[in-house]
Amino acid sequence: MHTPQMLLEALRVAWMPPNGALHGIALDRLMRWNLIALCICFLAAHVWLIAAILRRRSFNQTTIPAAFRWIILTSLCAMYIWMAITAQRLWAESRFVGPEPEAMQVEVVGQQFQWYFRYPGEDAAFGATRPELVNAPGGNPLGLDARDPRSADDIVSSVLVLPVDREVDLRLRSLDVIHGLFIPGMRLKENAVPGLVLHVHFTPSVPGAYPILCSQVCGSGHARMQAMLSVVSPAEFDTWLAARQRARAEKAAP
Amino acid sequence: MPATFTRHPVEIERKDTGIGGKPPLDRRPTGGGGDGDNWENRPPGRRGPRELLSRYRLGVLFALAGDLMFFVALVSAFFVRQSAGHFDARENYVSDWHPLAVPPILWINTAILILSSLTMEMARRQLFHEIDVMDEWLGLGRPAVKRATPWLVATVILGVLFLAGQWIAWEQLVQQGFRYTSPDPSSHFFYLITGVHGAHLLLGIVALATALGALFILRRVEMRQIVVDCTAWYWHTMGLFWIFLFGLLVFFQ
Amino acid sequence: MRSRIFTTHHRTLGIFYLFLALAAVTVGTLLSLVMRLHRVWPDLSLPFFGAMKPEDYLALVTMHGTLMVFFVLTIAPQIAFANLVLPEQIGARGMAFPRLNAAAFWLTALALLVLLAAFFVPHGAPISGWTSYPPLSAVPSAGPGQGAGMDLWLASIGIFCLASWLSAVTMLTTILGERRAGMTWSRLPMTVWAWLITSILTLLVFTVLLAAVLLLFSDRHFGSSFFVPMGDLVNGRIVGRGDGSPLLWLHLFWFFGHPEVYIAILPGMGLATSLFANFARRRPIGYRLMAAMLVAIGLLGLVVWGHHMFVSGMNPYAGTAFALTTMAIAVPSTIEVLCWLAILWGGSLLLRTPMLFALGFLSFFIAGGLTGPILAQPALDAYLHNTFFVVAHFHLVMAMAGVFSIFAGIYYWFPLITGRMMNETLGKLHFWITLIAAYGTFLPMHLSGLAGEPRHYERLSGPATSFPALLPVERGITHSALLLAAAQLIFLWNLFASARRGRIAEPNPWEATTLEWAPESGRSRVERGPYEYEIPANETNFNPQWERAAKEE
Ligand code: HEA
Ligand code: HEA
Ligand code: CUA
Ligand SMILES: [Cu+2]
Repeated sequence: MHTPQMLLEALRVAWMPPNGALHGIALDRLMRWNLIALCICFLAAHVWLIAAILRRRSFNQTTIPAAFRWIILTSLCAMYIWMAITAQRLWAESRFVGPEPEAMQVEVVGQQFQWYFRYPGEDAAFGATRPELVNAPGGNPLGLDARDPRSADDIVSSVLVLPVDREVDLRLRSLDVIHGLFIPGMRLKENAVPGLVLHVHFTPSVPGAYPILCSQVCGSGHARMQAMLSVVSPAEFDTWLAARQRARAEKAAP
Repeated sequence: MPATFTRHPVEIERKDTGIGGKPPLDRRPTGGGGDGDNWENRPPGRRGPRELLSRYRLGVLFALAGDLMFFVALVSAFFVRQSAGHFDARENYVSDWHPLAVPPILWINTAILILSSLTMEMARRQLFHEIDVMDEWLGLGRPAVKRATPWLVATVILGVLFLAGQWIAWEQLVQQGFRYTSPDPSSHFFYLITGVHGAHLLLGIVALATALGALFILRRVEMRQIVVDCTAWYWHTMGLFWIFLFGLLVFFQ
Repeated sequence: MRSRIFTTHHRTLGIFYLFLALAAVTVGTLLSLVMRLHRVWPDLSLPFFGAMKPEDYLALVTMHGTLMVFFVLTIAPQIAFANLVLPEQIGARGMAFPRLNAAAFWLTALALLVLLAAFFVPHGAPISGWTSYPPLSAVPSAGPGQGAGMDLWLASIGIFCLASWLSAVTMLTTILGERRAGMTWSRLPMTVWAWLITSILTLLVFTVLLAAVLLLFSDRHFGSSFFVPMGDLVNGRIVGRGDGSPLLWLHLFWFFGHPEVYIAILPGMGLATSLFANFARRRPIGYRLMAAMLVAIGLLGLVVWGHHMFVSGMNPYAGTAFALTTMAIAVPSTIEVLCWLAILWGGSLLLRTPMLFALGFLSFFIAGGLTGPILAQPALDAYLHNTFFVVAHFHLVMAMAGVFSIFAGIYYWFPLITGRMMNETLGKLHFWITLIAAYGTFLPMHLSGLAGEPRHYERLSGPATSFPALLPVERGITHSALLLAAAQLIFLWNLFASARRGRIAEPNPWEATTLEWAPESGRSRVERGPYEYEIPANETNFNPQWERAAKEE
């Protein structure tokens, strides 16, 4: 039974991966405080429990003074209220208010078992898609409707590349079943639900490569449904986007 | 072998001590009206003539409470589904919900069901009619049963009529091209709701039939009262549910 | 003279239920072990399974969860124990509707068989988790096991709903109508309070699940579109023909799902209260308060379901509302915990095996419960949702606390059932190993959850993951899970050996005051509260509730 050193080992590797998002800083702090408060309560309760067991021989049936109990109860309730309020502030910041108008638009589409990322191109507008047109081998995994002019310059990628320090507004869709877009490094999670278009927005603040996972069981390939997010400097981003557009144009030309 | 585990004599089933030596009447013969001699102070099984009855009533009540939640879930699904929609190719929001005009025959069916509830109630009343119950209890024939039977038969007939009416309504809808499988959700719900309710009513008719038979087989006045009483409560509740569901189908499309 | 098998005797039925739960928990445990092994040695090929495909792992998780939640924790603490002792505890002669009660048992058994049959149909068991979200669960072509396997799953759950409906009606009628004279509300043992609330919850939510299952089944086979959205494209075929909404299922399921988990734990809480009072030889501090808090948990439990859906696409404002109700529900639970701790403080605790397991229950309830308020914060849940942090949460607070309450109840009522005592030393051994191994299994899961490891992942590889760093943790978890399961062999041995040649028990071995231990000798009135132990403790410090209280208050 080697639980102890296993726990130590665990503590070394098993913490939240390095944070790369603007809102993540406050979130990590909140998480840390919550876990600390939790551990204190856990220990306090167990100290109490063990003490009660140890001093059980004394047959005088002492009772805790009611005042003491009420103090603990009120402080715990205070803790819950503090949790509710602090967390609520973060939640409101990220979910109640939409992105700024100049936020970059990217569409994320989940499909068994693959993430697709669609950039609107110059016209900053996504072309219409129709499920009956979906044809991944034919190079149209999202079913872009060619008759829609806006779809002419849309770029579909299997990696998510984002410029650092620019807010991005993700537009979540799913073609088949419920998937869960989970970017641990960005402290971001939202389900992609077929039939709905959901928006989440965040600002990557640290360049680097971050895993993208699927957090909602969606079939036999659920665990393999992974992609990469690479946060790069604006210049690199522009070159990347330009390259993709050229490639697309060449494909369209002949 | 588990039965051999039983040790304490308490657990061994005692024979039912019956109806406590008093006729199963609404007004307790001792005149106490319940407060004078408080049945609650007696051990279970000796709590006077109406103990079994109230137990069964309680059970039926709880079962129906659960059933109510079942229908509530269906109705909430109805409203959610009604408000659902999607964006079509031209990005305008369209819903696939087309209100469905219920076949007029449903109005007749509803009337029939309400009528059946009345006959049911009449039947139930007969079995609690004091003098008759006294006679039956004293073993002087079965006047109450005689009076109740025609009402029960009437209820069965009306119930069957109602179901037939529902069936006709379905036929008419199918003629108009509404099937359960037709992509239109309001038709799902029409068939679902009427179907589920119809199933409940079918159960009710079976219960009525058994009650009819039981009236002549059961030897204890009390049990005769119970079968009819419980069936009646079930039947009334189904009538009530139907009125709500019907209102839903008619006015909330 | 009725036959032994088709008996309507409530205590025999209770034993039947226990054996049913035992069968379910055995299968469920074996499945969980295979899961654990596969997680750390994905390429290991096991007997019977051979090399496992990803869908096999998902099928295991699904069946494990379904078995454990429905057929272990809904059955054993609530229905099985209630059938064992509920009528005696309230001085009734039996369950109100014995035949209905028996019918409920046989329906439950049928449901279990139907569920297990899912392993043997083509493509095996369903893979969409015990929550089976559509469209994955609504479209047979969405994955292996979503065909016949899913149908069997739905059928099984439907039957189970009917069964629990019947037994809830029986239990409610018994509690409300069959109490012995003098058994007033403030004299009910806490277990009866718990069973009262759980059966009310059962009536309210299992019927809703039944409706949801019906709708899903109709989507699968009758071409309706309640849960499948327009233009839904699965495996290259367009299956969405109407504006169905997957979220509708989530709402219906969790409206059932959350009360369900309280149905699983409330009887444990009631039992723990009884055992603490009994083995501390003192009245529970604030009996009325605790009963009231049980009711409060039951009521609040009906309005918190959205905390499973913070990031599911539900309106964020709704998320806030559900976060607040969820925080609110932590308060009554906290009060319960504080009351328990207060009872234990300075009581003359006798650490017999049932008491040990009750204490273990308390420990796990605190450990697992405390992570609840963290998950209840949408901002944090947006990171933790569907990670192993959640798995750790509910295994501590539901799985282990619930299982410990089952153990406590079995060790406690074993003499009542068999007339023999279970072996104390084996019992203590079983307790300590299980306690340590359980913490060793489920505490580290918090860490892999924090590291961002999602649920339902059959292997920690993949282009994007840093999870291989977690392998040592996972290995440790698996080892202690193996130990945990092995420790149960001690229990099983103890159970069956003691049933044959355990020490003969005296009529009331735990010196309990509740009525299942004190067969009525012609007495017809209950005279005192459930846990009125005299102070200070001495030989005559316990009297069954029949006895007139020494000093009238
Ligand atoms: C009661 C509930 C319960 C119990 C007891 C357990 C017990 C265990 N569970 Fe599980 N588990 C769930 C409920 C439970 N689980 C649920 C609901 C899920 C989610 C499923 C889903 O996502 O769809 C899950 C998922 C789950 C996962 C996540 C899989 C994934 O998402 O990738 C894992 C992984 O390690 C796991 C492991 C274990 C282990 C090692 C045990 C070990 O503790 C097993 C050891 C067994 C015992 C200690 C119990 C023995 C008890 C007795 C013998 C007493 C019985 C006696 C009588 C009834 C008379 N479980
Ligand atoms: C018995 C089962 C049970 C119980 C009792 C609870 C109790 C609670 N649960 Fe849990 N929960 C589950 C079973 C249970 N849960 C399951 C099965 C899931 C996963 C389902 C799935 O997705 O498969 C889940 C998931 C789950 C989620 C969703 C997580 C996610 O999927 O993202 C949330 C979020 O709010 C939550 C919250 C809570 C809260 C706030 C409580 C509260 O009731 C907890 C109250 C208890 C306390 C607060 C502890 C009190 C003790 C103290 C405070 C000690 C103090 C003493 C001193 C300091 C001296 N639970
Ligand atoms: Cu996609 Cu899991
Ligand atoms: Cu919950």
